[in-house]
Amino acid sequence: MPFLPKNRKVWTPYLLVIVLSMVALIFYFRREEHIAPATATLPEKVDFNYHIRPILSDRCFKCHGPDANKREAGLRLDLEANAFAALKDDPTSFVIVRGKPEASELFHRITHSDTSVLMPPPSSKLSLSPFEVSLIEKWIRQGAEYKRHWAFIPPEKPAVPLQEEDEWVQNDVDRFILEKLRQTGLSPNDEADKEALLRRVSLDLTGLPPDIATQEAFLQDASPQAFERMVDRLLADFHYGEKMAVSWLDLARYADSHGYQDDGLRTMWPWRDWVIHAFNQNYGYNKFVLWQLAGDLLPNPTQEMMLATGFNRNHKITQEGGVIDEEYRIEYVTDRTNTFGKAFLAMTLECAKCHDHKYDPVSQRDYYGTFAFFNQVNEKGLVGTIGLASPGDPPNMHITTQDVKTVLRFINKPDTAPVIAMVMRDSSLKRVTRLLKRGVYDQPTDTVDMSPPAAILPFDTTRYRKDRLGLAHWLFDKRHPLTARVFVNRLWAEFFGKGLVKSAGDFGMQGELPTHPELLDWLAADFRDNGWNVKRLVKQLVMSATYRQSSSQDERKQRLDPENRYYSHAPRIRLGAEFLRDQLLSSSGMLVPVIGGPSVKPYQPAGIWESTTSGRGELARFVQDHGEKLYRRGMYTFIKRTAPPPSMLIYDASNRDQCEVARQRTNTPLQALVMLNDPQVLEASRVLAQRLIREGGDDAGRIQSAFRRILCRKASDKESSVLTTYHARELKRFQSDRRRAAAYVNVGEFPLEGRPDVAEHAALMQVIHMLYNLEETSVKP
Amino acid sequence: MMNEFNKFRLNYTRRHFLTRAGLGIGGMALGSLLVPGAFGVKDEEALAPVLGIPQFAPKAKRIIYLFQNGAPSQLETFDYKPLLNEMIGQDLPASIRNGQRLTGMTANQDKFPLVGSAFEFKQHGQAGTWVSSMFPHIASIADDICVIKTIHTDAINHDPALTFFQTGAQQGNRPSMGAWMSYGLGSENKNLPSYCVLLSRGRGNGQGVYSKLWTNGFLDSVHQGVVFSSGEDPVLYLGNPAGQDRNSRREMLDQLSQLNALSFEQFGDPEIQSRIQQYEMSYRMQTAVPELTDLSKEPDHIVRMYGADCLVPGTYAANCLLARKLSEAGVRFVQLYHQGWDQHGNLVGEMPLQAQDVDRASAALVKDLKQRGLLDETLVIWGGEFGRTNYCQGKLAKENYGRDHHPKCFSIWMAGGGIRPGISYGETDEFGYNIVKDPVSVHDFHATILHLMGMDHERLTYRHLGRRYRLTDVEGELLKGLLA
Repeated sequence: MPFLPKNRKVWTPYLLVIVLSMVALIFYFRREEHIAPATATLPEKVDFNYHIRPILSDRCFKCHGPDANKREAGLRLDLEANAFAALKDDPTSFVIVRGKPEASELFHRITHSDTSVLMPPPSSKLSLSPFEVSLIEKWIRQGAEYKRHWAFIPPEKPAVPLQEEDEWVQNDVDRFILEKLRQTGLSPNDEADKEALLRRVSLDLTGLPPDIATQEAFLQDASPQAFERMVDRLLADFHYGEKMAVSWLDLARYADSHGYQDDGLRTMWPWRDWVIHAFNQNYGYNKFVLWQLAGDLLPNPTQEMMLATGFNRNHKITQEGGVIDEEYRIEYVTDRTNTFGKAFLAMTLECAKCHDHKYDPVSQRDYYGTFAFFNQVNEKGLVGTIGLASPGDPPNMHITTQDVKTVLRFINKPDTAPVIAMVMRDSSLKRVTRLLKRGVYDQPTDTVDMSPPAAILPFDTTRYRKDRLGLAHWLFDKRHPLTARVFVNRLWAEFFGKGLVKSAGDFGMQGELPTHPELLDWLAADFRDNGWNVKRLVKQLVMSATYRQSSSQDERKQRLDPENRYYSHAPRIRLGAEFLRDQLLSSSGMLVPVIGGPSVKPYQPAGIWESTTSGRGELARFVQDHGEKLYRRGMYTFIKRTAPPPSMLIYDASNRDQCEVARQRTNTPLQALVMLNDPQVLEASRVLAQRLIREGGDDAGRIQSAFRRILCRKASDKESSVLTTYHARELKRFQSDRRRAAAYVNVGEFPLEGRPDVAEHAALMQVIHMLYNLEETSVKP
Repeated sequence: MMNEFNKFRLNYTRRHFLTRAGLGIGGMALGSLLVPGAFGVKDEEALAPVLGIPQFAPKAKRIIYLFQNGAPSQLETFDYKPLLNEMIGQDLPASIRNGQRLTGMTANQDKFPLVGSAFEFKQHGQAGTWVSSMFPHIASIADDICVIKTIHTDAINHDPALTFFQTGAQQGNRPSMGAWMSYGLGSENKNLPSYCVLLSRGRGNGQGVYSKLWTNGFLDSVHQGVVFSSGEDPVLYLGNPAGQDRNSRREMLDQLSQLNALSFEQFGDPEIQSRIQQYEMSYRMQTAVPELTDLSKEPDHIVRMYGADCLVPGTYAANCLLARKLSEAGVRFVQLYHQGWDQHGNLVGEMPLQAQDVDRASAALVKDLKQRGLLDETLVIWGGEFGRTNYCQGKLAKENYGRDHHPKCFSIWMAGGGIRPGISYGETDEFGYNIVKDPVSVHDFHATILHLMGMDHERLTYRHLGRRYRLTDVEGELLKGLLA
């Protein structure tokens, strides 16, 4: 082929053009389906943080990144200085030459046709797409500018965009959102109708649906302040603390059992009661976290500060005979370190336990430097085997009735017996921390000093003490790049279904990039500069038009933005396991709205605990509770880690095995079976039916009333007609078979008040049971 | 046949694909709307498995894993060591122990008295496989099984060892083997989950199991193992409540879809349609599962094969028979756990009881699969989480002994599904303490199983929090010597 130059280096770009045009052609058609039209072309300005580092990190850093032991050819692409250096074995060649892809060895290697030269090598089972190659080419051509990883640059408050008047905008959050929406060619929805809005904000702020009286009052309040007043009222509601606590309990891996194979009882619930209290009292996030991390190290710590430190003792504890003490002690310190990394830094520190991090600037030494802070606890790996198990291994605190009457008034202790809660207390002798070879407990090597990863923020020992208190202060240093961003992002996810950074647990090189980086920084800086005020932040989010818009979507929104990254509509989010239960109990009037106390054991299918246990320990058999304990909120359901409550697990609740910052949200047939056949759902249907019958009225009125209690809106005519027809048919059926009706209504322990006609009762119960099974019922509107 | 479970998965995957591709690597471009991720579908999404297609021609389509929970002794099952009988009572030479760490149960013993098997060993089949007298039925299938004598693990306690076998790591909330299979290959049956778990308990000293052993970890919860119970409902919440039957349920689902459809008109949320499908599938499961779990219609010759116990729900024998039925119906991974193998003491008393409970049914399962022509495509695995020491735990009594945990070598067997039948793989030393030839790590074991299922263990990955996770973590080698 005479028209092609012989030199491979030179014709590679030609080939590239051909390949790229083909790809572009393919994606011209593909994009029509679901991606905004502008996506088929290269960006005008290629950005290192947004376009290049994700590629380098994912495909190159494993061998050319931070991990010194795995580095190939001495080449490192994560540091700017090294990326422009001459090659080790060929000083006349350079890795990257600014402006000249054809002279850059990097570009040469990623486009080479010889697979023995090509990078990444086929043996890595990784490859670059033609598009990625062309991005890198353009980046080099534009000068190959490196930038610091976005998440390590301290957030500064950016200017708020779109200063002009816009009638959609409610607060500054919306200006950021609207700007991006306009760029995509999408527009936001109008405000949701009042019924939907009320249900949404009630579920979000308290986890409970509004009752009919609240619905009526809100509908009738025509003042422009109606919504804000409602938000304020909900923020002041004591159920707010419960709602906010649930995701914190996931993060803190809170549970009621110790968690390894022989899984004994623990009593950390007073700590859980404190979390609810702290949210309700609106403790600043800095105080909230500082007490949990290091309350014991504050001068003259109060009992409340001590209790808060239980956070770091929520990890699993073994009770298996024969384990090696040190192996498990190290495991507990590891868990604390990893939890610290994920919960507060959104960094995958754990990757650096066995070797330098492959992607992020966290060395193994950094890992053990952080580990050292948590390695000082006066504790053992194995205190007692299951036979001798205690509900709280030392260090612990005994909470007496006197304590609860005086200082720890938020603890709901039902009887006079003292409760043991595990807390943090460092031993007086400092334990020397050593780096563990490959992370193995019996392979200690060099001594390591206390210090968190310097790449995030250097640990200035002239300002911080070398202990957990110092670490907590480091976390809340004004220049800390992560703390505020990470929390703000999680809170955003709590209300919008996903974070502005979707990988809520990973802000590192391999994490997702923020969809709205300026908004994230604005929120973070604003939160930090306003005393880490959580309720203020919550209010900011729910008062926004972004939050208040309706959740309906059309074909265009779906096509242009299938994942709703730009928030052109409110998300419809399936309720979490706990809140599905709360909704049942609340709407049927069975809820016992007591706050806190020992966890409870409502109905669960027989044999769940028994089929897994070895028979040892007091949790070998499940003993169901009765009376009020059957009707407590979902967050109080007893969590035995080795056999978690099945209906909650089916609805994606955490098994509380380790720190979790985002739950999955799935849609499975097993969930349908729970809603259709779980006695808890049937009991709620039965009780609500009898309640409505007792209240009088006609069938249509009762159905409408049930509908409003469950879905918090009035049924449309169409819906009413489906429901009343269904009811009439069921009534007839049950009237002709009253034994069947009697069997159906005979469910649950909640006392039957009054003696409704059994067929009438069963027919209404059937309709209500169906309402509980509506898709709409299980989602935030 | 349009496979509903896969259809669901496809929908699901498509959604995820869009999601991933959408946020992809690029995220939001500064000032432009470029989404690079939309071009380069990342390898794990591009990989066929999520769509139910293996990476290359598989040997096995399904797995039945008969987990002997508590760790049966290799020295009383398949690893015959007459030297231990000769040296009974003598101390384990330090050169053999070679610094191996011990559990807290025997670490403080001042003597480690060697003890040989109280049970006779004989060679069986053309291969001359050594099997102890406690397992006559397994001995009868010697030419169908491959005994691995040199599997070894890192863990010395039950919880971490079990977790390691099932998830490839001792700690952490990683997906279990069955979840990986489900993720990688999907389900073959539209009405059944792809990963089922069956639990039973023997008469020996037991060690519990825990839901983490069948967890989906960070994979989607559709890949979670579904426990089949011997109670009233074979699957949790499966049965209609009292006063409801199939007709009234159908009626309710019809009304439900009508109302849900109205909701879809208003909100246009595709999740609503997916929900309608899930309800339909749950309805089909209500018929399919009880039909399958009903063992009462099995013919006499089958009952005789598995033993009369197989008609007693919840026994190991019943679970073996049920495993065959589930597997035959297309369940990708059936996981059994049978407790009771933790013989720290009274091994001579307890082990025959355990053997009695599992021997006949384990062998029957292999024979049954074979006679149905299913053994070639079904991989059967039998074994525990570690081995047992060649010395006695505590004082050696005249006619009884116990053994502590031993991680350095133990025996398991596999059959069918592309495994080389009729061989013994690997060799341990005369003391039954160390491996002298062909070691098999847990990661190798996983890599080989994945290979049999048509998957490269280095390519079955899932990216979670910045890292590509594998069942084999960062190790594991395909052991070709195990392949037929």
